[in-house]
Amino acid sequence: MKAFESKKRHNEIKEQLIKVCLITAASISILTTFGVLFSIIFEAIEFFQMRSFWYFISGTEWSPGVADSKFGALPIFSGTFIITLIAMAVALPIGLGSAIFMSEYASPKLRSKLKPLLEILAGIPTVVYGFFAAITVAPFIVNFFSMLGIQASFNSALASGIVMGIMIIPVISSLSDDVIRAVPDSQRKASLALGMTMSETIKHIVLPSALPGIISATILGISKALGETMIVVMAAGLRPNLSWNILEDMTTVTVRIVDALVGDHEFDSPDTLSAFALGLVLFIVTLILNVISVALIRKFKEKYKINTL
Amino acid sequence: MKNINNTNNNKNLSDNPFYDPSLTQRHKSARRFKIFTITCIAFALSFLVFFLGDMITKGLPAFQQSYMQIDVTYNDQTIASTRKAIDKKYRRIVSRAWLRNIPKMVQESPELMATTQSTWVLVNHQVDQYMKDHYYKIKNKELKIIEDMKAQGKIQLQFNSIFFTQGDSKIPENSGLKSSIIGSILTLLVTMVVAFPMGVMTAVYLEEFADDNRWTQFIEVNINNLAAIPSILFGLLGLAVFINLFGMPRSSPLVGGLTLALMTLPIIIVSSRAALRSVPDSIRQAGYGLGLTKVQVVQDHVIPLAFPGIMTGSIIGLAQAMGETAPLIIIGMIAFIPDSPGSIFEAATVMPAQIFTWAGMPERAYVERTAAGIMVLLSILISLNALAIILRKKFEVKW
Amino acid sequence: MTNNPDNSSNSTINGLTSQESPATKITVRKLNLYYGDNHALHNIDMDLYKNKITALIGPSGCGKSTFLRCLNRMNELINGVKVDGDVIIDGKNIYDKDVDEVSVRKRVGMVFQQPNPFPKSIYDNVSYAPLKHGIVKKGQICDELVEKSLLQAGLWDEVKDKLTQPGTSLSGGQQQRLCIARTIAVEPDVILMDEPTSALDPLSTEKIETLMLDLKEKYAIITVTHNMQQAGRVADYTAFFHMGDLIEYADTETIFINPGKKKTEDYITGRYG
Ligand SMILES: Nc1ncnc2c1ncn2[C@@H]1O[C@H](COP(=O)(O)OP(=O)(O)OP(=O)(O)O)[C@@H](O)[C@H]1O
Ligand SMILES: [Mg+2]
Repeated sequence: MKAFESKKRHNEIKEQLIKVCLITAASISILTTFGVLFSIIFEAIEFFQMRSFWYFISGTEWSPGVADSKFGALPIFSGTFIITLIAMAVALPIGLGSAIFMSEYASPKLRSKLKPLLEILAGIPTVVYGFFAAITVAPFIVNFFSMLGIQASFNSALASGIVMGIMIIPVISSLSDDVIRAVPDSQRKASLALGMTMSETIKHIVLPSALPGIISATILGISKALGETMIVVMAAGLRPNLSWNILEDMTTVTVRIVDALVGDHEFDSPDTLSAFALGLVLFIVTLILNVISVALIRKFKEKYKINTL
Repeated sequence: MKNINNTNNNKNLSDNPFYDPSLTQRHKSARRFKIFTITCIAFALSFLVFFLGDMITKGLPAFQQSYMQIDVTYNDQTIASTRKAIDKKYRRIVSRAWLRNIPKMVQESPELMATTQSTWVLVNHQVDQYMKDHYYKIKNKELKIIEDMKAQGKIQLQFNSIFFTQGDSKIPENSGLKSSIIGSILTLLVTMVVAFPMGVMTAVYLEEFADDNRWTQFIEVNINNLAAIPSILFGLLGLAVFINLFGMPRSSPLVGGLTLALMTLPIIIVSSRAALRSVPDSIRQAGYGLGLTKVQVVQDHVIPLAFPGIMTGSIIGLAQAMGETAPLIIIGMIAFIPDSPGSIFEAATVMPAQIFTWAGMPERAYVERTAAGIMVLLSILISLNALAIILRKKFEVKW
Repeated sequence: MTNNPDNSSNSTINGLTSQESPATKITVRKLNLYYGDNHALHNIDMDLYKNKITALIGPSGCGKSTFLRCLNRMNELINGVKVDGDVIIDGKNIYDKDVDEVSVRKRVGMVFQQPNPFPKSIYDNVSYAPLKHGIVKKGQICDELVEKSLLQAGLWDEVKDKLTQPGTSLSGGQQQRLCIARTIAVEPDVILMDEPTSALDPLSTEKIETLMLDLKEKYAIITVTHNMQQAGRVADYTAFFHMGDLIEYADTETIFINPGKKKTEDYITGRYG
């Protein structure tokens, strides 16, 4: 009897132990997020103790590594912004168009083939896109525009923007396809029964209903573009350039982070720490975008009472 | 009312009560819209085809390398000064890397000593590029020799085994993927050893044990956010925490693997949860009916059934980690690593980082190597994904 | 059990037993429909009348909805459907090659079982189709059409102060009347209704029934119902379907009081298994 009791106790302890292990594992994911946040904040604070925060977000000159180094990130933000804009100008129409074709026009069989094919685009490592942008797209753009008598840089924002856009197509198309298909069929039927054509039904009924989901996908795409590193490191420039000319070379937040941390720099110098200040901005912006995107998708799900997205 | 019998077959437009000229325009616009969507998907897919074609045409030449058949003399003098092993006129044609290797060759096969052998020797990258009809820079004197040799069939393209048996090198014709492949394997080993158990445990906790309280919701939101953090920021974490705080060795597979593990975690968690959720409750109820405890039910009945799904997700996570470059650059895994790392503490590079390094090299011969490296990397990634799909198909829900 | 107009009395085909002679709106001849291999409608012959309400009754799965969808070519949206035979509206077979299904649907409106307003404002729900069809332009004329349609649908008084609110914010019965208003706004000749009240409470049902009786002054209405009392209350003619066959079609009184076929009687009296 006693042996049985002790065995039972033993079992209980074991159960508790396992549960504690599980909780610990689950908590590590949280630790990681905060690890990322704090490790970045910590170094960023150190940077802002050496340099002015206001100049960082509003200054127009970024010149690390020299005696009179300046850290005004505005041209870096503008380059990031413009390349992201180009990427979305490519990814949004093509991604959305593909999603509409797959969900509204293609037979289920064709769709089940097309979707994984498109998702291959998402599985290609970004370093590969970077190589493609640098070696194929950039020279093409230079040649193309020189034919028109316009000079373009080999590190043009256009080249990296386009390739980045292609990379983001599946982000937009996959999620949009899911939300478009989640729009109840009764709405399509209602519109068609009123004598609307298929395209009118899609444009005026289906897409507006799916809009929160589509916006959510777009935001996710933007967030991906902002954080994309390899394509811009390999195909965009290093020069902070406050310009709207997409044929010029531009630099981005991620490029400058890499540039600041690669090579033998002293870790505690503002040159190196500036990477963490840029990283902090990137972290905050992408986090906010993600929160918005998740909130929108949740709203969409609640509206149509679906829980499979 | 019209008479049914004679209007029935009437095809005259004016008699067609459903004729509506305003519809023509709308149908046209409907057709245009459909064509637009088809164009979109056609563009995306043709890009894929063009891109793969581009990589293959650029990369295929790297799987062959030019060799030249000449006399090589092995003796003490040539071992001391290897460039004397060959005729003077070939000095600007033969690869430095090959000559450098002569002492080792003699050491491996001593019977070579004091002989002169007609041997296929590796030529340098300029000659190789010439042989492949690429851009080259060769002096006229050498060019003539090469053309002669080519006419005699004494210089030709052979399978490039160096590409798989050598590590990185500053001499293009001597560079290969080996050290980066080994670096990738070591790094991913660390990644999986850390991420797999942690991810599965988190999933099991959230799916089977957690009550729906604030803490659980917080964890869920967090996992979601973790998945959305740009990969480069994980590099910052690795640098600030693993290297600077914990003092782990820079450029090592250990740091790289840990960094990638944190990135892979959300993928494994999400897919494992889906797999656990697809195990029907009846299985759990049956377990409880037998008087088993919750831990026993989960451990012995639920996890085994969910395992194929968990594996599928983990393989996809692994494939993603394998292609990741940005965070590894930050923690220094793009160092020049000619020799394969022996342990997870030594400096190493990984395949995508090797591709990145080669892409930045000025010599033309590295372009084909970069593209060939990409072909190898993509083949591995495709195989991994195919494996995941096969697993999923094979163990597709049986209940 | 094919329905042959020649050997039975004429009643099966035109639904008439009495001397009155209403105007025929739709003539259906030898209509067959296949869902792949499933032969869902067998040789249906039927005349449907203007300014009358025709009710389609029958057990579940007998093909009522399928038949209804044949009348505005909505079946074509389903994969693998094959339609055979004639559906003649105003003297024209709508399955002829030179007939545009969009134009058919414009003239033959449809109200569904589940109220399905668009997630737009009440105003936009009604004005959406007329604007796209070019029936009206934005502005006062459009406002008038919206008001007129909502008035006809008996909804105007309830919603006139909240036209900008989403259609989905209305009650189920109001939503269904909004769907009717939206259909009327396109100015069709025929309104098809597939169990329009089955998802509604008795009070809303009553309102819709009253509405149907009002609407028949202008339109031909064909409605599917599972509710015998409803058929009795509103329908001028009733057609009984069974397993893809049109068993009996006559004026409602005949069908309910003096059915010609045993099957019909069994179904009406609830003896149907
Ligand atoms: N979309 C479809 N695809 C394939 N078969 C269908 C489809 N819709 C209906 N059917 C088949 O056609 C037959 C008639 O169905 P229909 O929906 O017309 O019946 P119903 O009389 O409207 O039934 P209910 O009273 O339940 O609405 C059934 O056998 C059904 O299985
Ligand atoms: Mg039905």
